[in-house]
Amino acid sequence: MNCQECNQRPATLHFTKIINGEKTEVHLCEKCAQEKGELFMLNGGSGFTFNHLLAGLLNLDTSFQQQNQDAFHQEEVLQCDHCSMTFQQFIKIGRFGCSHCYEAFKEQLVPVFKRLHGGNWAHNGKIPKRIGGGIHLRKRIEEFKNQLKDLISREEFEKAAVIRDEIRSLEKELNGSQEGGE
Amino acid sequence: MSHEHFINQAISSWMSEEGPDSDIILSSRIRLARNFNEYNFPTLYAPEEAKEIIIKMEEILKKLDVNQFGRMELLKINDLQQLEKMVLVEKHLISPQLAESSPYGACLVTENEDVSIMVNEEDHIRIQCLFPGLQLTEALKAANQIDDLLESFIHFAFDEKHGYLTSCPTNVGTGLRGSVMMHLPGLILTHQINRIIPAINQLGLAVRGIYGEGSEALGNIFQISNQITLGKSEEDIVEDLHGVVNQLISQERSAREALRKTSNIQLEDRVYRSYGILANSRIIESKEAARCLSDVRLGIDMGYIQNTSKNILNELMILTQPGFLQQYAGGPLRPHERDIRRATLIRERLLLELDKR
Ligand SMILES: [Zn+2]
Ligand SMILES: [Zn+2]
Repeated sequence: MNCQECNQRPATLHFTKIINGEKTEVHLCEKCAQEKGELFMLNGGSGFTFNHLLAGLLNLDTSFQQQNQDAFHQEEVLQCDHCSMTFQQFIKIGRFGCSHCYEAFKEQLVPVFKRLHGGNWAHNGKIPKRIGGGIHLRKRIEEFKNQLKDLISREEFEKAAVIRDEIRSLEKELNGSQEGGE
Repeated sequence: MSHEHFINQAISSWMSEEGPDSDIILSSRIRLARNFNEYNFPTLYAPEEAKEIIIKMEEILKKLDVNQFGRMELLKINDLQQLEKMVLVEKHLISPQLAESSPYGACLVTENEDVSIMVNEEDHIRIQCLFPGLQLTEALKAANQIDDLLESFIHFAFDEKHGYLTSCPTNVGTGLRGSVMMHLPGLILTHQINRIIPAINQLGLAVRGIYGEGSEALGNIFQISNQITLGKSEEDIVEDLHGVVNQLISQERSAREALRKTSNIQLEDRVYRSYGILANSRIIESKEAARCLSDVRLGIDMGYIQNTSKNILNELMILTQPGFLQQYAGGPLRPHERDIRRATLIRERLLLELDKR
């Protein structure tokens, strides 16, 4: 059986994931599992309650990235320009220095978040009121646009048309809400 | 109201009131982690920043509508005695981390202690709502209300992609940790717990004992909490936790029924022996006390013991912790002295129950 992600390498990791009570069979090669952040879940998901494990977990992650990075340029220090925390320091203590660190380290963080949060990497919850309703709408539009691409690639044009109309009406709503202010 | 109020008032509402499914669920807690946008995280903030945060919280407290959540008091950790800090930790009002390693820490607490806001712990702000019994949804509602209220004064660190930004990547997104404290003696006595815990872990939830160290759970009391804070809505996180907790409740209930069927007299014997120890011993270690309290509570829930209030387990588990014992003794006690105090306190508490009859 080939890896369901890349369809190239043979799948060496087989497991069932349970998300919201639904079982899904997953078959991955080692490389894709690493990228998708599944390896850590395999090696005993129970461990990730403990913060001290986090440092180890982040280290594991960078050892992979380090190899890639070193090949291109050496000694480039990734650092938050607001609080001066370096990515290496972050790995060591497992804590961010300030809210800007999230932006500064964002390339490195996606696999970390995936591993810590059951494959998730994007927020899907509460939004402060001051930031406003626009975000909610934009998020839904984005989701629909992804669906649209999917449907078109599968040549399901009838369904795609329905989604396209949804997007249009949401975009209208979004423009309306912005004209009206927050 | 002063800080003595929280030290001397031994019983918080979550300990004394009975909530839904209180034969198994002792309490439900929701915690929301939040940070000020303009300050560095407590990981490396400057003392000036920490002090400014405290001042801001004091100002906000003055402006708060006191009728909405009851009166709130701000306690600064550095103003507290060592024993007083221990008591607040044992009452679950503040974390050990806030008590021990947050020099600029503070805590806002409501009079009945169902809401507490920790300031300058791992994050600038941690809103906690602690309700008796299984009331996760209610606790989430209360926490959200406080969050909305604070949000009208504070620009929280938030970005569209990652949600609420926290010091530790394990809390990012919703910043929400829901946890339920459960009494599971049936699953222990029927040896099912070791099979169940890994299954719960697989669902992205953590299980641990809250009293005792390592894997042992003193008093057969376990805490179940979510680990995933990112990518799911607050409601979904709570609902998923709720689902698993409901499963556990029904498994615990069937374990208790099975015990009644297969070993009724043995169980009754065990319950009354434990009652005998609690009612008569002159020296008792915390481990033995916890085991006996768990047995007696099970005896009450299963009807072997009548006319004794259920909350003696919650209450005495807290009151017989070292901080409380020493606070009541009026000063530090050596371990052996604590064991004597503990035995006395438990005997007196049980006598109170007899007087009530
Ligand atoms: Zn692959
Ligand atoms: Zn930073």
